[in-house]
Amino acid sequence: MAESAEILLETPLASLHRELGGRMVPFAGYSMPVQYPAGIMAEHLATRAGAALFDVSHMGQAELVGDGAAAALEQLTPADIQILKPNRQKYGLLMTASGGILDDFMVANLGDRLFLVVNASRKHLDLPAIEAVLPSGVKLNRLEDRALLAFQGPQALALLAPLAPALAALPFMGVASTTIGGIPVLASRSGYTGEDGVEISVASGQAEALARLLLALPGVVPAGLGARDSLRLEAGLCLYGNDIDETTSPVEAALTWTIGKRRRAEWNFLGAERVRAELDGGTKRLRVGILPEGRQPARGHTEIAVGGTTIGEVTSGGFGPSLNGPCAMGYVAREHATDGTKLDLMVRGKPVPARVAATPFIPHRYAR
Amino acid sequence: MAELKYTKDHEWVRLEGGVATIGITDHAQTALGDVVFVDLPEAGRDVAAGEACAVVESVKAASDVYAPIAGSIVESNQALADDPALVNSAPTTEGWFFKIKPADEAEIAALMTEAEYQAFADSQA
Repeated sequence: MAESAEILLETPLASLHRELGGRMVPFAGYSMPVQYPAGIMAEHLATRAGAALFDVSHMGQAELVGDGAAAALEQLTPADIQILKPNRQKYGLLMTASGGILDDFMVANLGDRLFLVVNASRKHLDLPAIEAVLPSGVKLNRLEDRALLAFQGPQALALLAPLAPALAALPFMGVASTTIGGIPVLASRSGYTGEDGVEISVASGQAEALARLLLALPGVVPAGLGARDSLRLEAGLCLYGNDIDETTSPVEAALTWTIGKRRRAEWNFLGAERVRAELDGGTKRLRVGILPEGRQPARGHTEIAVGGTTIGEVTSGGFGPSLNGPCAMGYVAREHATDGTKLDLMVRGKPVPARVAATPFIPHRYAR
Repeated sequence: MAELKYTKDHEWVRLEGGVATIGITDHAQTALGDVVFVDLPEAGRDVAAGEACAVVESVKAASDVYAPIAGSIVESNQALADDPALVNSAPTTEGWFFKIKPADEAEIAALMTEAEYQAFADSQA
């Protein structure tokens, strides 16, 4: 296999993962824990019940510094970056020239600079694309010496309170430079699980100390990429490369809410022609949530049929441990995208009855 | 209880009273993780050795289960429909998948012994 032959990068927590018994797998060029000995089911349920720690240091971190950074970034995204207040973060999409999605990302306004988090599998494309549109005076700094930890679950903030009093007051999508147990961090109240929690950027050299501090809190478990995937699927959140890619547009992906109101008047972002045409005239296909009947999961690339005719494809699918049943998302022809529409998922040649369903499948429990 | 024999696809086979019971090994269930669904063959189906005839789904992925020997399916484990986690908790007992009336019992004798399978599984790790 080509994948196992290539040299995999490690995160600053590599030795901790081994010590914890993490099952390491190749992911986006990194050796990452897919699960620990407790298993995906237990890690998933622990995240919804208490708090879990995820290593997401493979993701790309960067900052944009200089006057006009927000306006410069807006060339590549339909998100309204200029409206973002200091110490606030938002989710957005980076675009291709043809109106597809180059990546999805988080951007925070840190006052004197913008802080970006992009996908590991796309950072080699995103960061050069951003650099290519920067005016003189705005600079992109890759933060390669920083780790990223996600501390997620309904107990996460209560557990953190004694170590980091400043975090308790942080609103959803708020960002703060503070300390956790004396370790300097940049924390945002956000995540990829549908639960309350924080994502914590920390210097690589202090990442393991921070991880050990968090893992020592009562009831906290380490969780791997497997649980991260089942949690985000139940929460209805897209995974780049599965649910969105260079062929899908923000409108098809049902991510039009990421397009700023001002941006819909200006149409001055890369790929705007397609987005504008689709907002005016609709799309042929739409991303929807899908609930299969019974317990059999339908995985990514499963054909979706209605009356024997193929009308779409599952892009992410699996078993939701909190849902205690299968769930999926995928693209269907627009006329079949209404909630409640009956579909057949062609699993190993046999139709599994399913219906279009609203996401999230498990209600979000974000702060406030 | 009759001794178990093993395949390179990580199934086990137990021959008792002319009927072979088949399941997946402890090594296999550990690798798969939490089993959430099992798709089993219908009784009466004739299968060839090596034919995919069941599917085991964990939270993460789906995997085929193969008939270790040729024969006719006589029964599937209906308990797995209600409690697929039996595959994790009792892989070589209550977590069995299906039973085959062997076309040729000698096919079972030719499978790996426990020691041979253990060495094989270790070599794959």
